[in-house]
Amino acid sequence: MQALVIVAHGSHLNPDSSTPTHRHADTIRATGAFDEVKTGFWKEEPSLREVLRTVESDEVYVVPLFISEGYFTEQVIPRELRLSGWDVSEWDSDGLSADTATLVAEDTGQTVHYCGPVGTHEAMTDVLVRRAETVTGDPNVGEGFGFAVVGHGTERNENSAKAIEYHADRVREMGRFDEVQALYMDEEPEVDDVTDYFEVEDVVVVPLFIADGFHTQEDIPEDMGLTDDYRTGYDIPADVDGHRIWYAGAVGTEGLMADVILERAADAGAEIEAAIETVREETRETPAAGD
Amino acid sequence: MHDEQLDALLAHLESDSDPVEFDGLYADVDTNADASGDGGSYTLDVASSDERHENLSESAFRSVAGGDDVAPYVTNWYYWEVVVGDRGRHRRAFLRHAEAASEHSVPDRYAALRSGMHTVWGEVLVTATLGEDGRRRYEIRHTEDRDAEADDLDTYHDPLDARDIATYDDRGRYRPLKTAPSLVSGWVFADLDGRDAVETLDVLYPASVANWNLEREGDLDVTHWHETAERQTGIYGVVEDLPAEAVDWMAEACCVDSQCLKRREWEYDESHELDADGGTGAFPCREPCSLVVAAARKWTKLEEEETHTYEFELTPSEKEQVEEIVDAVADGRTEEIREADVYEGANRYRARFLRAKRFDEDGYFSGTPTHPEDHEADAEHDDGH
Repeated sequence: MQALVIVAHGSHLNPDSSTPTHRHADTIRATGAFDEVKTGFWKEEPSLREVLRTVESDEVYVVPLFISEGYFTEQVIPRELRLSGWDVSEWDSDGLSADTATLVAEDTGQTVHYCGPVGTHEAMTDVLVRRAETVTGDPNVGEGFGFAVVGHGTERNENSAKAIEYHADRVREMGRFDEVQALYMDEEPEVDDVTDYFEVEDVVVVPLFIADGFHTQEDIPEDMGLTDDYRTGYDIPADVDGHRIWYAGAVGTEGLMADVILERAADAGAEIEAAIETVREETRETPAAGD
Repeated sequence: MHDEQLDALLAHLESDSDPVEFDGLYADVDTNADASGDGGSYTLDVASSDERHENLSESAFRSVAGGDDVAPYVTNWYYWEVVVGDRGRHRRAFLRHAEAASEHSVPDRYAALRSGMHTVWGEVLVTATLGEDGRRRYEIRHTEDRDAEADDLDTYHDPLDARDIATYDDRGRYRPLKTAPSLVSGWVFADLDGRDAVETLDVLYPASVANWNLEREGDLDVTHWHETAERQTGIYGVVEDLPAEAVDWMAEACCVDSQCLKRREWEYDESHELDADGGTGAFPCREPCSLVVAAARKWTKLEEEETHTYEFELTPSEKEQVEEIVDAVADGRTEEIREADVYEGANRYRARFLRAKRFDEDGYFSGTPTHPEDHEADAEHDDGH
């Protein structure tokens, strides 16, 4: 018996915060790759403290639905899950390379494969690109388009910016988009000035966030000038300073996120190759290229 | 009874050297017996019968086991040992509890299950019934819908649909605390197997079944307030400084039955019980939840303030009205107070009248500044110009 537990932040105030987590869990559950798929939250229920006892399996893959390595993945989650003997050195990470550590949960005795966050996995680059396909409705989007990845910046966590740069570099190396740029909310280059950073007219903007909320639905659209008031909504694409901005919203809402969760579990030893193939295809919202 | 159920019992007897002794069923086979002898090697006995069947051949065993008085014991064994199994220990314990398995004999349970056995779990009612061949079926609905016709309720089959039911209250407000007594009614999970029944409860009241069973087994890991507060880091690190008496007020504010259906088992610490009522819920609360910790952060900051003597001019009725307003908000009654019911202190018009009369243009109650020293300094500064 092997179980998957997806752990996420959740919210006391915003019911949409946990929606992507549940959706990705449902996608993975439908593949039948795990005997059980559960979700646990810092701010919702079951709590991180109690989620493992809701799992019947002895072997549990825990994947944090977080963007970067930092306070939550290194301190809060292992502490609340009661992973015996956890130390961040178990991951031996440079801030981007956390993969997995196998520990025992003190209260339940389960073997826990504690994985790195989804946000720093290389497969996340594919989700960013898939998000661009979804928001433009074009499975071949790239030529004639710019691509911006948006993150918080280093104010709260230096690894947050590392993850943004990492994926921006990887998208750039694909050679698929004419221009690629990393942008930040609280440091240069700022998302406010998005149009200054692109020559090309059409720009897809994808925030590297797990869920839609205050930042992705209010701050970023207003900062970029898509709208004066987020409550009145905005067009996709929206005309800003002679550019067309295709604003995608949080990448974490993209169906392919389920694939990154599976990749994390597979890297930790779960045998789920068939499920990975299924999820890659079934989460596609645009016709597959070549169809 | 299906052949496969009896086949399973026979296979189990062949493969296990111990006899089957379960819920009043005794079955055994002597695998060393001489098969060429007169009698058979099987033994079968049930609690409700005086007759112990020994030396049965396999076909005789099958015949006796299929009899009306014995078959329920066999189908009961099959349900618990094959269908439910023991892998999900909390799940099994709850399902046993749902038919009071430790208290009643199999024939009594089967009779009771035919008309339905009820368990109240938070605000929901779980009804266990007998399906075909001893299979159990479970129905889950809101206790308010206890007497409703199933056709009048929205029917669900997938436990995960309970997520949508549990997300909002009847006024469409988000329910961050799943054990708040605000679960909407009007729905039914009409025909669940045991796994899905427990899964549904686990969506409606996460971890409640596991914690209930751990408590039942004497193994519940209660974490008291002090230990919980010490564990916190980051923005919640401050909650350690919340005074003990404020922890009591907090428990009275947040954790009583009117606010949360879990039965609070945590105290301030092991040697210091809280005065607030822990409640009577079916399942325990083993540590302060994230909502309590987040609220504690606010109270920690608020409780750092010193008291200050203010002077207010109020009529006796106005003083009472302030008390009524606090009560109405604290008891969640503001929505119930009718538009024209000016006899209620917390009526909107009454509150607006009080504000019109007693608040000055700065919003200060009775014209009294909240921070009089700052206010005086401001006034002097203004005079200087």
